[in-house]
Amino acid sequence: MNAFDLIRSAVGNSLRSKTRTLLTVIAIFIGAFTLTLTTAVGTGINNYIDSTVSAIGASDVMTVTIPAEDSNPLASSGPEEYDPGATVVGGGMGPSSIALTPSDIAALADVDGVLSVDPAISVTADYVQYGDGSQYQAAIGSFIPGMSIDLAAGVAPDMTATDYEVALPVSFVEPLGYAGNDTAIGTSIIIGLTSASGVSSTVTATVVGIAEAPLVGSASVIPNEALTQELYSVQSAGLTEAQADSYAAATVRFDENATETEINALKSDLTDLGYSGTTVSDQIGSFRTVIDAIVLVLNGFAIIALFAAGFGIVNTLLMSVQERTREIGLMKAMGMAGSKIFALFSFEAIFIGFLGSAVGIGAAMLAGLGINTLLAGGLLADLPGLTLVAFDPVSTAVIVVAVMAIAFIAGTIPALRAARQDPIESLRYE
Amino acid sequence: MPVPVLAARDVHKSYGQGATRFDALKGVSLDVHEGESVAIVGKSGSGKSTLMHLLALLDKPTIGAIELSGRDAAALNGAVLNKTRNATFGFVFQQFFLTPGTTVLENVTLPLRIAGVRGAERKRRGMAALAQLELADKAKNRATDLSGGQKQRAVIARALVNNPSVIFADEPTGNLDSATGKVVEDILFDLNRTHGITLIIVTHDEDLAARCDRRIYVRDGLVVDSLTPTIQKEALA
Repeated sequence: MNAFDLIRSAVGNSLRSKTRTLLTVIAIFIGAFTLTLTTAVGTGINNYIDSTVSAIGASDVMTVTIPAEDSNPLASSGPEEYDPGATVVGGGMGPSSIALTPSDIAALADVDGVLSVDPAISVTADYVQYGDGSQYQAAIGSFIPGMSIDLAAGVAPDMTATDYEVALPVSFVEPLGYAGNDTAIGTSIIIGLTSASGVSSTVTATVVGIAEAPLVGSASVIPNEALTQELYSVQSAGLTEAQADSYAAATVRFDENATETEINALKSDLTDLGYSGTTVSDQIGSFRTVIDAIVLVLNGFAIIALFAAGFGIVNTLLMSVQERTREIGLMKAMGMAGSKIFALFSFEAIFIGFLGSAVGIGAAMLAGLGINTLLAGGLLADLPGLTLVAFDPVSTAVIVVAVMAIAFIAGTIPALRAARQDPIESLRYE
Repeated sequence: MPVPVLAARDVHKSYGQGATRFDALKGVSLDVHEGESVAIVGKSGSGKSTLMHLLALLDKPTIGAIELSGRDAAALNGAVLNKTRNATFGFVFQQFFLTPGTTVLENVTLPLRIAGVRGAERKRRGMAALAQLELADKAKNRATDLSGGQKQRAVIARALVNNPSVIFADEPTGNLDSATGKVVEDILFDLNRTHGITLIIVTHDEDLAARCDRRIYVRDGLVVDSLTPTIQKEALA
C-alpha cells in the first residue's frame, strides 16, 4: 500500500466511527485550545514589551556605571571601607554605584566595540511654566538619539539643533494653559531650576512636540541636547570642577547591528575594566522572565490536558483495532506487511491529533479575537499598543506538530497490537 | 512429471506445549498441480483448515516443509511471503469479510491497494473483475447492502482481481442457500476450467467435493483417503 492510500484509508477509517472520533477530538481540542491561547497571551505580552523597548530607549545603547564593591546590600557581609577618592552615587535599598569621572569616559571610549560615550547628565528642574500661568513640577527626561518618542503632536526635539527645544508630555498641555496639543507647538515655556549654590534661575525653550504617556516611568519633559547642556551648566554653577565632572552613569553607543554575542562580549569587556553595562533589553528582560514563567505554568496545565487526551486516543484506537480484527486479519492474509498495518493505525492517530489541534487552534484564534476586541474597549483601553492575545505562526505550527506527535505516541500501543495480530486468529475471531 | 505448484512434505503442526499440546497435523504429504481442483474434505477439527493455512503460507509447519513451485517456503522471507500471498493467491472465506461502510469496488480492489497499484489502474481492474462476476452495476453500493450470493460473488471478484494462479476457498458455500451456493460453485469451477486457476477448496460438503478433480480426506490430522480422478471414474463406472 502506498503512502497516499495509507493516509486516505486511515482518514476514512477514523471517520467510520464518527461519535467515537468526535469525542476523542474534543479531548484534544480542549488541550490544544488552552495551549494555543496561553501561548498567544505570552506572545502578545512579549510583543508589547518588545515594542515598548524601543520607546524606552535605543537598542544600540548601553548604560554604564561603576558598581560599588559589594553593591548588593542584601549580600553585604559588613561595612565597606571609606574611600575618600570615590563618590558614591545613589544609595538606600537600590544598588549604589561610584561616580564616573572624565578619565572613565576616556577609558570607555577606548573599549573595543564602543562607538561613542556620553556622560549621562541628570538635570532636575523645579518647575515648568507657560507665560504667566501656574508653575508645575516636572521631571526632566533624557533623550538618547535612536530612542523613539510616541508623539501626539509635533516632532521630536532636534538633537543637533543649537536652539533650545523641548517635548512636553500630553498630560501637561491643559494644566499649562494650552487650548490643545497643536496650539502648544511653537510656544515658549519657562523651565525654572536652582543651581548648586542655591540661586534660582530660568531657561526658556521652544515646545516642538507633545509626547504620549509612556508605559513605564512617569511623564517627563524631554529636552534636546543643547537645552540639556544649558540646564546642566545652570544647575552646576557653584560646584567645583571635580564635582561638576562626575557622572552617575555614561551612555555607550555600539553598532546597532551587533549580535547578542557581540553585546555580551562588550559587557564582559566592561566588567573586566570594573564597569557594568546594562542595555534596555536587560532592564526589560526581568519583565519577560516573569511573563514567560507564568505562561510556562499555564502551558503546563494545557499539556496535562493533552496528556489525558492521549489516553483517549489509546482507548479509541484499541476499540478500533478490536472492531476491525477480521479486517486486519484479511489484509495480512492478502499480503499486507505488519509495518503497513502499524502505519495505517498510526496515521489514524495522527489524523485525530491533527483534527483536534486544528479545530482547537481555530477556536482559540476566534476566542483571541473576541478577547482582544473586548479588552481593547475595556480593561486595556489605557494601553493602546497592547494586543493581549497574539498568534505567532511558528509557535502555532509547533503546537500542531506537538499534538500530532503526542497522538502518534499514543497510537503506537494500539498500532503495535494491530501489526502483531496473527491473520489466522484474526480471521477466526467472531 | 511437472513440478507441483504447491506441495506438503510430511507436514506436522502442533499447538501449545506440554500437557496442553495439540497435534493438528501428524504428517501430511500431498501435491497440488497447476490447473487442478482439489477438495480437502474433513469434519470440524480434522485439521483441514490448518492444512489450508499452511498451504496458503499463512502459517509455518512445526515439522516438514511446504513447497511453492518446488522451493521450500521456509526459505522465503516475510516480504516475499506477503508478495506471494498478494499476487499468487486469492482467498474466498466462508464469512465474507467485506469491510462495512465501504463500497463494493473498494472491497474488491483491496488486494490491489495492498500491492500499491495506482488509483485509475485499480479501478479499471476492479471493474473488470466485477464485470466478470456480473456485479458491475453494484460497484458503488455499500458492501453490506448486498445479498448473500452477491456478497460471495464480490468476495470471488476480490480473490480474482490480482490474477492469482491459486484460489483458496474455505467453505465457500457454507453461508449460502443451496441455489445460490450452486451458482457460486459454478463460478469457481468455471474459473478453474477456463482460466486454469488452481482451486483448493476446504469443505465438509460431499457434493461440492465431488465436483473437484481430486478429494483429499483428512481425519485426526492425517490424510486417510485420496480419490484421484481415475479412481473416481472407476468408482463411477
